[in-house]
Amino acid sequence: MQTLDTTFSALSDPTRRAILSRLAAGEATVMELAQPFAMSQPAVSRHLRVLEKAGLITRRIEGAKRPCRLAPGCIAEIDQWLELLRRALETNYARLDRVLAAQTKERKDNP
Amino acid sequence: MTRTKMTLKTEGDQHVVVNRRFAASPEAVYRAHTEPSIIQKWLLGPDGWTMPVCLIDPRGGGKFRYEWVDGKGNGFYVTGEFVALEPFRRIVHVERMHLPDPTPENHVETTFEPDGGGTLMTMRMTLPDAKTREAMLATGMEHGMEASYVRLETIL
Repeated sequence: MQTLDTTFSALSDPTRRAILSRLAAGEATVMELAQPFAMSQPAVSRHLRVLEKAGLITRRIEGAKRPCRLAPGCIAEIDQWLELLRRALETNYARLDRVLAAQTKERKDNP
Repeated sequence: MTRTKMTLKTEGDQHVVVNRRFAASPEAVYRAHTEPSIIQKWLLGPDGWTMPVCLIDPRGGGKFRYEWVDGKGNGFYVTGEFVALEPFRRIVHVERMHLPDPTPENHVETTFEPDGGGTLMTMRMTLPDAKTREAMLATGMEHGMEASYVRLETIL
């Protein structure tokens, strides 16, 4: 059983979310995953290890290849979207906190 | 302040509800959602993006248009209309993203309630359909990919 922390940490990286999105369309090899991302195979492999450890993907052995697929029922596409929304909102509202704090300070300085 | 000050949850299979506390009055938080010069300071998404166009007519039936660019040739925009505005308390609007094809309408109700010395903001929005989520994820990834390249270069 994986903790939510491991899952969210794995999901925090946009490249890994992109890989999951690609795998939602079906099984793929490291080479197939590396190609659209213009990324080296070792770099993709590192991301795959994180995703595998978080229980988000599974890999099987087929000769020299180890194709990956989404772990069954482990992550819904909707959770990815909600995580993206959460990050966008948190970034925006942290910025708004600073804008509001600056307004309050301005009022105190110029009563 | 802790990072638990925002909550985001789904409500049924149609809505997303976001709660967030701010250390400012409902009036200040409401103005930050209706005045262009303030909106342009915070409604920006990932670092590096700006909103060069922020047209807004904050009254019932009024329209708005927000345009974002990342300075590298990427951009998109949102258009919408206000359904109801109750100053400092509540904003109801509909909007759609143009990616560049317009997404289905997102119905959003935002309320601002006094909460101690600050404000509790609640935003209830339509959960986009699977196709829209996919388009939005693709946009987020495209932006994120550049950041991850930078990180990779630092690691390698």
